[in-house]
Amino acid sequence: MIFLTGHSGAGKSTLLKLIAAIERPNSGSVLVKGQNIATLKDGAIPYLRRNLGLIFQDHKLLFDRSVFENVMLPLQICGFDYRESSKRVHAALDKVGLLKREKSNPITLSGGEQQRLCIARAIVNRPAILLADEPTGNLDADYAGEILSIFKSFNQVGVTLLIATHDENILRSSGEDQSGATQSGDSTRAGRILHLNQGQLVS
Amino acid sequence: MKNWLVEHVRVLLHTLRRLLAAPLSSALNVLVIGIALSLPTGIYVVLLNLEKVAGQATSTPQLSIFMSMNTTQDAIARTEKQLRQHTAISSIEFVPRQKALEQLKLNTGMADVISGLKNNPLPDAFIIHPRTASPQSLEVLRDELQKLPNVEHVQLDSAWAHKLAALIQFANFVIGLLAVLLSLALVAITFNTIRLQILTQRDEIEVSKLIGATNAFVQRPFLYFGLLQGLLGGLTAWLIIALSLYLLNNNLAELTTLFALKFTLQILSTSDSLALLLFSAYLGWLGAWLSVTLHLRKA
Repeated sequence: MIFLTGHSGAGKSTLLKLIAAIERPNSGSVLVKGQNIATLKDGAIPYLRRNLGLIFQDHKLLFDRSVFENVMLPLQICGFDYRESSKRVHAALDKVGLLKREKSNPITLSGGEQQRLCIARAIVNRPAILLADEPTGNLDADYAGEILSIFKSFNQVGVTLLIATHDENILRSSGEDQSGATQSGDSTRAGRILHLNQGQLVS
Repeated sequence: MKNWLVEHVRVLLHTLRRLLAAPLSSALNVLVIGIALSLPTGIYVVLLNLEKVAGQATSTPQLSIFMSMNTTQDAIARTEKQLRQHTAISSIEFVPRQKALEQLKLNTGMADVISGLKNNPLPDAFIIHPRTASPQSLEVLRDELQKLPNVEHVQLDSAWAHKLAALIQFANFVIGLLAVLLSLALVAITFNTIRLQILTQRDEIEVSKLIGATNAFVQRPFLYFGLLQGLLGGLTAWLIIALSLYLLNNNLAELTTLFALKFTLQILSTSDSLALLLFSAYLGWLGAWLSVTLHLRKA
């Protein structure tokens, strides 16, 4: 679990966008699983993104379809069998606690619920890496804590999370976690915090 | 493979739902395409029918052979035999000079003048129906017949055949021009419809691309939409033509009884209908493809 932090314009979002090939670098290289994203062909980008889970601050949900269909979309794109994918969708919705709302329209969900729906859509593909850009950006502390605990549970099963945030609470709570983890010798739960400034790594 | 098929069926159903979701605008689009297509196709059908009528009335143009005045009955019988064996001739009709004179008396009302003549000025004649109607082969046949013994003159209505061929060729050219122009219009209509759809579904396209959709996946529903719209437009054009011909035939019935002609306009043949549908579907697909490809390249 890695946290990216820094002022606005420090390059947090840009780093995430570079990893997902939403933006392409002018120079240098971006390595993901030993693959250089900078030289990736346009045609290969979709297959890179299928191995990543993207979580957006503004959720980017589709309001012309139900909660279930929103989570279904990534599996449809990958061409999964309908029965298998609906099982996965239910499992993903269950993890974020939205199973009962599967038939609702996302517009009827609260901000926190919409963010959890976005997370469900990101994990339904079972990616090894989750990228989250300001996942708690416009949520109050209670909801933010909820989201963070969901992230921690993913981290426990071996998912790498890269979270860009300037939310003090999240950083603090993960810091506490870090000390706890170091004491118990559990390195996977240790959260690293990277400080960025003007595109430079500060600490 | 099975998943691939399921995906295509899913997209097809999704597209149908989208067409039906805005029935009025879909219907208007389809109607515009139908009308655009029905113009050249309609003219084509009328032309086909005209060719057939021309074939019916004076089908193959005739040749008239006028014999020399002093030809004996034996020589005429020999020539007739020769003509009957000729491969390029389908049938012949012998008109003796006496009968020709009688017909002239009957038909022209010049009986008084003609009965004043001492001798019959008309020669014996054959009316020849050739097998082929092409102007070139008619010329060849005429030259050949001219060389037969006792033949004074061979008259060929080849000017008439030339004129008809030229007219039909010209009409075909006009149809071609019209078809090209209206096909472009069809592509443009589809291009615009799909562009509007893309604008309303920008979010869906953006999100799909962000979570790993290939361009093919994003394009698919739009291509299906263009294809379906084109196909329905082609179907509309076919119906417009069928209906117009039905109405025209009702009117023609009165005309033809007046002129004692048997003539009804035939609708498109199966293969022509199929070609129309396939072509319109293809043009719809092409318009959609252009539209969505341009959009994806910009994005």
